[in-house]
Amino acid sequence: MPPTRTLPLLRLQGVTPVAAGLALLGLLLVVSVLFASVNGAYHIDPTRLLMWLVGAESMDEVSRNVWVNIRMPRIVLGVIAGASLGIAGAVMQALFRNPLAEPGLVGLSAGASLGAVIAIVLTSGGLVLIAGAAFIGSLGATYLAYFLGRRSHSVSGLLLAGIAINTIVGSLMGLLIINANDAQLRDLTFWNMGSLAGANWSMINFLAPWTLLMVALLLIRWKALNALLLGEREAFHLGYSLSSLRWQLITLVALTVGPIVAVTGGIGFVGLVVPHLVRLWMGSDHRWVLPASALGGALALTLGDWLARVLIAPSELPIGLVTSLIGGPFFIWLLIRGKR
Amino acid sequence: MRTGVFAVRWLSSMTASLAVLLSPAALAQPDQDASRLVTLGGSVTEIVYALGEGGRIIGTDQSSIYPPEATELPSVGYYRKLPSEGVVSLRPSLIVASENAGPPEVIEQLKQLGISVVMVSDKPDLESLRSRVETVARALGKPEQGKLLLEEMESALASVEETTIPALGAMTIVMRGGKLLGAGADTAANVVLETAGLKNVLAEQNAYRPLSAEVVSALAPDVIIVTSSTVESMGGVEKVKQSPVIAMTPAVQNSRVIVLDDMLAQGFGLRFPQAIAKVQDGVLGASN
Repeated sequence: MPPTRTLPLLRLQGVTPVAAGLALLGLLLVVSVLFASVNGAYHIDPTRLLMWLVGAESMDEVSRNVWVNIRMPRIVLGVIAGASLGIAGAVMQALFRNPLAEPGLVGLSAGASLGAVIAIVLTSGGLVLIAGAAFIGSLGATYLAYFLGRRSHSVSGLLLAGIAINTIVGSLMGLLIINANDAQLRDLTFWNMGSLAGANWSMINFLAPWTLLMVALLLIRWKALNALLLGEREAFHLGYSLSSLRWQLITLVALTVGPIVAVTGGIGFVGLVVPHLVRLWMGSDHRWVLPASALGGALALTLGDWLARVLIAPSELPIGLVTSLIGGPFFIWLLIRGKR
Repeated sequence: MRTGVFAVRWLSSMTASLAVLLSPAALAQPDQDASRLVTLGGSVTEIVYALGEGGRIIGTDQSSIYPPEATELPSVGYYRKLPSEGVVSLRPSLIVASENAGPPEVIEQLKQLGISVVMVSDKPDLESLRSRVETVARALGKPEQGKLLLEEMESALASVEETTIPALGAMTIVMRGGKLLGAGADTAANVVLETAGLKNVLAEQNAYRPLSAEVVSALAPDVIIVTSSTVESMGGVEKVKQSPVIAMTPAVQNSRVIVLDDMLAQGFGLRFPQAIAKVQDGVLGASN
């Protein structure tokens, strides 16, 4: 999408409406977090919860434990993961100047899956081992794609390397899957559909500051992303060193999304569609697209996980299914409406 | 005097803890409240019903499909991917779970919430079945009934083990995801075949693997066991026999295709001797 169309519009209207939109997203996120925190399979009376939170009343131990140690870390992980996926998607789409780009394009998700498959099939390890292997896999695949693609002057080298890495990693996974037993196969299927169920506070204590830092580092690169949108040559003439910029952005995206994919598994749709929706709404100035994508991603995952938790209680759905099932048709509707 | 009291207390507490350590009941306190029971794993649920305690179950998982009434209970989903809050929301007083239930983090969370969790052995062999029945019966405070069930099972097993049938080559097939898979070693189906006195022609592979027509022709099984859900999804036994993968085998040509209920062929539960008997009857019936 040509940025020239939306940028003057922004200048004409000033920044106020966009900033208002950002504030609205923030408000919606707060409301949905509050809403999700009082809803779940285990019934906790909202008034009682509130009274307990302000210290006016006591609450039984099970309710307290469910709320503090099971439900809340999950909601916080949803916010963190959604923000990471949203902003990473926006950055990738700007870097590739293609609305179809997402972190998976350079092998990040496939690498994480390969790591997870290795952990599940070759060891019978728990969440920690799977997450560690998935993280190493995501970084490994992304950097391999980067190093293979960096000799090319344009971003297409990286894209082609990413496709090759995805294919190779896919077949390596196939090889391992042939040796998997039934239980392992089902574990893998579930891993690939993503879930926030593994959340706990020690995970959040690490992920929250890390993600904040990474998101901040991405946010301050909005000017560079705007320059990239004009074209690689234009960005170069604006004084950006393309190869170093590419290296920075890919590294930041991998470091943002890698740990998230590692603990949640594959959650599709958010990184692809949220930035797209944001641009439809706010134009393509990355000063606003980046924070709005982070907020929008967090909002989408918070609501998605709320549905995943309550729809078929006492069982639950993998969140990746919910986001794609609702997001997909919504996206199609938007596209059709936009054509008219 | 003081030291005497301490010594007595110390001794009695030691004996008490020794007794707890030594008694098999220490693994599953018999006095726990089993009024609101959640069972995780089809092999566990089946035993609770066999003990006549199915009425206590308030929730199970997706794999609990026998007896049929178990499927009408609320399900917490796939038992290797348990939702903590969903399980807690049933407010169970006791959870009896297969050792395969998980993830371990969730089991730990449930224990920390003060819910009694009893894990039972769940492998496709007799030793595991015996220990499973005993542990479940103890957890429900019905050790005697557990013993009775096991005795019944053992005597039924002894009688099928006396039956001798020709040691023909056999394979167990299931349809999954549109593909025919064959059961290799380390599956319950393998144990069924071998205990019945047959030889699993797929014993060299592990778990369930896709079958190719060429491999199946080369292995030339004389007997084929097929699960009832496979027959259902393929539209009848005749359709199964016409499947190009197995159509050329001696088993199909000599009409030695035996249909077995899924839980009988693939689960290793109390009805194990029945599964053996059914296979033996099928082989003998066709030979006569």
